Amino acid sequence: MSFFYHFGRYLLFLKSMFSKPEKFTIYVERTFTEMVAIGIGSLPIVILISIFQGAVTTVQTAYQLVTPMIPKSTIGTVVSDSTILELAPTITCLVLAGKVGSHIASEIGTMRINEEIDALEVMGINSAAFLALPKIIAGIIMIPMLVIISIFLSELGGIVAGHYSGVLTANEFIQGARLTFDLFTLQFSLIKAFTYGFVITSVSSFHGFITRGGALEVGASSTKAVVYSSVLILLSDYLLAELLL
Amino acid sequence: MIELKDVVKSFGEKKVLKGISTIFDAGKINLVIGSSGSGKSVLMRSMVGLMNIDSGSIAYNNRVLDYNDYMATKEIRRDIGMLFQGSALFNSSSVQDNIDFPLKMFTQMSKEERLERVNFCLQRVHLENINHKFPSEISGGMKKRVGIARAIALDIKYLFCDEPNSGLDPITSRVIDDLILEITEDFNMTTVINTHDMKTVFDIGDKIIFIYDGQKWWEGTKSEVRKSGVKELQEFLKASYIE
Repeated sequence: MSFFYHFGRYLLFLKSMFSKPEKFTIYVERTFTEMVAIGIGSLPIVILISIFQGAVTTVQTAYQLVTPMIPKSTIGTVVSDSTILELAPTITCLVLAGKVGSHIASEIGTMRINEEIDALEVMGINSAAFLALPKIIAGIIMIPMLVIISIFLSELGGIVAGHYSGVLTANEFIQGARLTFDLFTLQFSLIKAFTYGFVITSVSSFHGFITRGGALEVGASSTKAVVYSSVLILLSDYLLAELLL
Repeated sequence: MIELKDVVKSFGEKKVLKGISTIFDAGKINLVIGSSGSGKSVLMRSMVGLMNIDSGSIAYNNRVLDYNDYMATKEIRRDIGMLFQGSALFNSSSVQDNIDFPLKMFTQMSKEERLERVNFCLQRVHLENINHKFPSEISGGMKKRVGIARAIALDIKYLFCDEPNSGLDPITSRVIDDLILEITEDFNMTTVINTHDMKTVFDIGDKIIFIYDGQKWWEGTKSEVRKSGVKELQEFLKASYIE
């Protein structure tokens, strides 16, 4: 019952965001600010995990493909496909759920316990729309962009690791990657990224909004935001795979 | 004028407001007094639309606050300013940005005009040259004054103050009380103050409403308080060392 109660509150929270903006230009300005915070702010961690993700996948795939019967370019195929389909969107977004999600929940949660959200409401401002909507729009725009960067850097990491560890040459890697490349896998990856962007920002904003109490509860909301976002990312990962593949 | 008719509010089984009816006079300072847990804050939060009431009505100059009509509630809220107990300033914005915020959201004023208005509001609460300070860099009394400045940035008709003197020393409390009195008179606002500071009651109160156990137990002027004969009110006064 508790699940349905909270899910209902989450849907009502989403619904409450759709009202005429008090001043459209301010919402646009806030959306750009959030795009910088989510996109540019997450770039260093995305760069780091993507390069190592590609490098480790290449070395481990080479370790498993021990038979000389399989051409080395297969490593490129496996690394490229798994990067585009799963690793870049899902692993990157699980990390972003931790970074972006906890930040959003703690920011809104702190505003809630300091009565800043009440102050907005008393002024006649739709606090859900003002605080959460720009974050959600920024999330669904910037997270797919971060995933595209992640795909590129993972492939690059794979090429570099393959070259320096002597597993395969850059040409072999690229040849393997191009061999089975299907544009739909990239589209599927972006659909995932778009979905995860919405999940991370909306679930985290919701948890920030329902915070009650003090500093401890802000921490608890932040943790819940990360846990629920991560679970929903994994669940939607499976559902999207079932529906679209 | 704000008119409350039989306002009832419960939290689960617990009835916090048990049918409060009263009128808050226009252009006056209306004080709601009562001990902690008597329902003062719930009443104020219900009056500004932060909490839905279970039954009854709250009307601002005959405009009823309808919680189901978000746009109508928003319209009424445009006339309302509120000073929260903890000031509720936006901690990540400077003092100037805090006061500028409602102007930016609801007016078509240019940047220069807004800055002029911000400085006027700061002068009005006797604060100057703190435009670029953050709330964490100013004292509790200054935060309250910035809160008032933000509340009056737009031309509001109703000012709500929730425990404006809590956590302040007696001298700063006096400054805040005087400021609320000045602003109420100058802007001809209807002011509602929640307090259990009896000094505020006798210094600036025009109309006093005593809430006891979620009910309006007594109402009258400050000159009538001492002669009221209501046992609970007299006990409240006695506990405040004012007899």
